[in-house]
Amino acid sequence: MKNPLDSVKGTIIAGFVITIILWIIVGMII
Amino acid sequence: MAIYEFLLRWGHFLAGITWIGLLYYFNFVQGAFMNEVEAPTKTDVTTKLAPRALWWFRWGAMFTVIFGLLIILNKIMVQGMGVMGTPWGISISIGGVLGLIMWFNVWFIIWPNQKVIIATTAAAAAKGEAPQGLAGRARVAFLASRTNTMLSIPMLFFMAAASHYPWGM
Repeated sequence: MKNPLDSVKGTIIAGFVITIILWIIVGMII
Repeated sequence: MAIYEFLLRWGHFLAGITWIGLLYYFNFVQGAFMNEVEAPTKTDVTTKLAPRALWWFRWGAMFTVIFGLLIILNKIMVQGMGVMGTPWGISISIGGVLGLIMWFNVWFIIWPNQKVIIATTAAAAAKGEAPQGLAGRARVAFLASRTNTMLSIPMLFFMAAASHYPWGM
């Protein structure tokens, strides 16, 4: 069995990157 | 109507966990499993397991969105349209839009493609053949599913932030 994280780590990293970008934008609005 | 809103939120959480729990099961578990197993197991998963998982998955998505929209509607009716301009309103709007994109992907991309994949696989299995011509549909459903997994991370951040972020601290 391959490391279960391998096939989805790009998806998870992208999710965190989008979160941080939106967090910064919202922080500037509020 | 605080108790009404509370009960809606309870339903929103129950349906949301059902939906996103299965989304993570598909993306973190089933996809990799399907890449490792032989054809007969693939057929069984597609025709016997996936239809059940997809039933809870898509109806979980539907009820999560219905309860979520009712919570926002209740909030507007109680506090007025101005509530959408507060930190709560801005945060829930971002989380809500991400959730609606995910709901759309479930009902209009993932499910229609999976329906064909399941029916075609079942028909081929009944004749003892391998299903043909499903690669395109599988790819589209896979990409929509991965997109939803990615969007679930900021979606949950802003859903939780609406009520729990330490605004003004």
